[in-house]
Amino acid sequence: MTRYTSATDADRAEMLGAIGVGSIDELFADIPAALRLNRPLALDAGLSEQEVYEELKALAAKSTSAEDEISFLGAGMYDHYVPALVDSIILRSEFLTPYTPYQPEISQGGLQAMFEYQTAISELTGLPVSNASVYEGPSAVAAAGYVATAASKGSRFVISRGVHPHSRECLRTLAHAWEMEVVEAPLSGGVTELPSLDEDVSAVIVQQPNFLGAVEDLAALSGAAHGVGALSIAACDPLPLALLKTPGECGVDIAVGEGQSLGNRLDFGGPSFGFFAATEALMRRMPGRIAGETKDIDGKRGFVLTLQTREQHIRREKATSNICTAQALNALAGVIYLSWLGGQGIVELVELMLQRTAYARDRLAAIDGVTQIHEQPVVREFAVALDAPVQRVIARCQEQGVNPGYALGRDYPEYENGLLVAITERRTRADIDRLADVLTAAVAAERQAVGAKA
Amino acid sequence: MIAQADDTLTIYERSKAGRRAFVAPDTDVPERAPDELLAPELRRAEPPRLPEVAEPEIVRHYNRLSKRNFDLDTGFYPLGSCTMKHNPKLHERVAGLPGHARVHPLQDPRYAQGALELMWRLQGALGEIAGLPHVSLQPSAGSQGELAGVLLTRALHEDRGEHRTKVLTPDTAHGTNPATVTMAGYEVVKVVSDSGGNVDLDDLRAKADEDVACLMLTNPSTLGLFETGIEEIERIVHGVGATLYYDGANLNAIMGISRPGDMGFDIVHFNLHKSFTQPHGGGGPGAGPVAVSDRIEPYLPRPQVVRRESTTNGNEPFYDLDYDRPKSIGRLRGFQGNYGVFVRSYAYIRSLGAAGLREASETAVLNANYLLAKLREAGVAQYLPAAYDRLCMHEFVLSGEPMRRELKIKTLDMAKRLLDHGVHPPTVYFPLIVEEALMVEPTETETKETLDHFAEIVTGILREAQEDPEIAREAPYTTPVRRLDEAGAARHPVVRQPMNGN
Repeated sequence: MTRYTSATDADRAEMLGAIGVGSIDELFADIPAALRLNRPLALDAGLSEQEVYEELKALAAKSTSAEDEISFLGAGMYDHYVPALVDSIILRSEFLTPYTPYQPEISQGGLQAMFEYQTAISELTGLPVSNASVYEGPSAVAAAGYVATAASKGSRFVISRGVHPHSRECLRTLAHAWEMEVVEAPLSGGVTELPSLDEDVSAVIVQQPNFLGAVEDLAALSGAAHGVGALSIAACDPLPLALLKTPGECGVDIAVGEGQSLGNRLDFGGPSFGFFAATEALMRRMPGRIAGETKDIDGKRGFVLTLQTREQHIRREKATSNICTAQALNALAGVIYLSWLGGQGIVELVELMLQRTAYARDRLAAIDGVTQIHEQPVVREFAVALDAPVQRVIARCQEQGVNPGYALGRDYPEYENGLLVAITERRTRADIDRLADVLTAAVAAERQAVGAKA
Repeated sequence: MIAQADDTLTIYERSKAGRRAFVAPDTDVPERAPDELLAPELRRAEPPRLPEVAEPEIVRHYNRLSKRNFDLDTGFYPLGSCTMKHNPKLHERVAGLPGHARVHPLQDPRYAQGALELMWRLQGALGEIAGLPHVSLQPSAGSQGELAGVLLTRALHEDRGEHRTKVLTPDTAHGTNPATVTMAGYEVVKVVSDSGGNVDLDDLRAKADEDVACLMLTNPSTLGLFETGIEEIERIVHGVGATLYYDGANLNAIMGISRPGDMGFDIVHFNLHKSFTQPHGGGGPGAGPVAVSDRIEPYLPRPQVVRRESTTNGNEPFYDLDYDRPKSIGRLRGFQGNYGVFVRSYAYIRSLGAAGLREASETAVLNANYLLAKLREAGVAQYLPAAYDRLCMHEFVLSGEPMRRELKIKTLDMAKRLLDHGVHPPTVYFPLIVEEALMVEPTETETKETLDHFAEIVTGILREAQEDPEIAREAPYTTPVRRLDEAGAARHPVVRQPMNGN
């Protein structure tokens, strides 16, 4: 027997007797003989707990984590500090091991946490309604696009080139099935330059701050969308929203985003959570679970999953989305983190990032062979152009224990040697100075190598 | 003593201006005027009204909330179709190792060999279990795996120059199936079930035509029954050029016993949070990888984890992300998928191995049939008969219709009364084709004693209802709250904490 099952030989015999069959095989009699696998699966034999631990530890040792190098990688996920209380709370079995709160009487903890999470997202985005989470950031952009196909006319999405490349690709993946056209609005001076819009535009989608770190004029972009009857959708980085004019203040209809930076670890890309907030008018078109406050038959305050007639288990093919299992535990980490930061703390944290990012931007721009890609205001990420092959520069830096950032070239051929640098609160002045030194040397070495070849 | 009323205070209601848990590190760089870095017109009018509480109160608050949740580590959770099997504690430990938990998703593959190797190995194991050679781990959950499957089907047909408009789903399908079909731009056509609980083959033949792109099938079905006509279904579906899609929600019944690929399925999705024991987290995270046949492979999402054999002797193979996939449907999400989930599921597969996975499925089916047998005994079967008089697979469906008629308690009342006995109720009112349905999935990790105890509880509730049905109709009594006004919540939605000014 495996260590996770309990049926002894005696149990098995007694249970088969109660069922009235002679063997386990008889229980599978409905499976046609030709479809049975008459051999063991070609997998290695099972291991003891400690052997599995050792194997997983050995695999972990083959990757370089944010503990092993000074990392300035961002581009959608960020190495923020996750406070110990987040781990301690989300590992409690009462949060870790139940499923979706279909039975509200025994799920008040999870439901209330969702309600608190929704409130925090509503506060960050300045929009009145948040759902209880979607999968993650880029697919949330596509999910917002799906709402637009039902909520507005038009057969075209206009999406800024400043939106995360993964988000743009997710939208395209689905827009094809919806027979919607996707048009990209170019960047000019680091920010979105809207083409002239017409009534055939279903939604205008931008990112705040955009992929190059620049703060966009969200109000102007929303106004332009509304001018032609299109929805305004913003993919937002949640932490900078502590300082920036909110999507709600800017007239945005749907604000979505990647929630990883709120108390979730990097995890090589997931699981994290996506947030999805909207105006009152779009509440009944939203995807996913929504917790709502109510009372029980004794008049006691309680929470339930509400507006479920939007959802697949009730509405089936007429549902607003197919989403079922989402990211409840990750969203819980998000609200615990935001409670830990608090209303003043989050402002202090982001002001700190603002200062350190400005310092880093100045330090790097002063390096010979490094120039800024744009001069727009930034919060915790900025883009520079290197006068040297960026991949080779990154490789040189990593050999020195510094990961200088993300090479823009794969997604932006126009910034062939562009480097996107993220500064979280974990990167100190000393780390930034070290980055500047290592980058200076690497760029110089690569320029010399190119010069030598020429 | 904490007053009862305090139990439902939100974290916002515990907030007091000036309290804090977070202390920012020093600003160690030369400080600039904040407005110079971010002009006032770019700034929000007011800071977000997040709670202001110190660490002890945050911890107490969420501990208090946790105690108002029922969970799998506390008791029996036979929620049909959700496979609430034990979540091994080892998995949290290994997933938390910094070499897994703190690797950036855009780390250069040269510095992420461990993560990519783990993904590559998991792809191989899932492919072997499914009997289909190519796996993408990218989809975030079962529903996104379904979406991937239907989009892959679309890509296949478009590549052949075919335009198809319909997708078939049985009347027993999970709601995610028809919702996915609509999201993927197809029309849903429902196929009915026959009197034995199988797909009605005549209805399928009548509806399967050249406009049909795909049949989405769960096997065993949501009735907990193996589709005995699967070979004929495969012939009908492939006969009209459609794909056969396997919804992996019920894979826990057949691991190592029968493989969807061998049944003729083209595309399979897995729910790693079901069969492969990622903790359900109160509604996620999960992961929904897909496995596909050779002809579907070119369309898999980008990027794909690949192993490149070293050209020089003695060197290790290199694990890489392959973006060069011109026929790919594209991305479904950011980065490479829910890696933290992959770590846990990989650890599970390594723990159990081939024999253990088979034993898990055998025991899941044994436990379900045993519990069904116990519930067929006198005192239960006349009120809660099995919807179909067959052996079941890993779950079974009862009908509460006689109970409602004769004892005047509904399935909902039975479910609510179960709460007072410290067990999670089965899935209720699903599948839709069974009146007053109760769908029970005990899983392999429960003991015979737990199953016996559950049968006794159900028997007791029925006996109690014979005396006084009001008891069940008013249940629960012992839970943190009693029945909640869900209609009122939907009519006047309060979906966030009201605060001064809104």
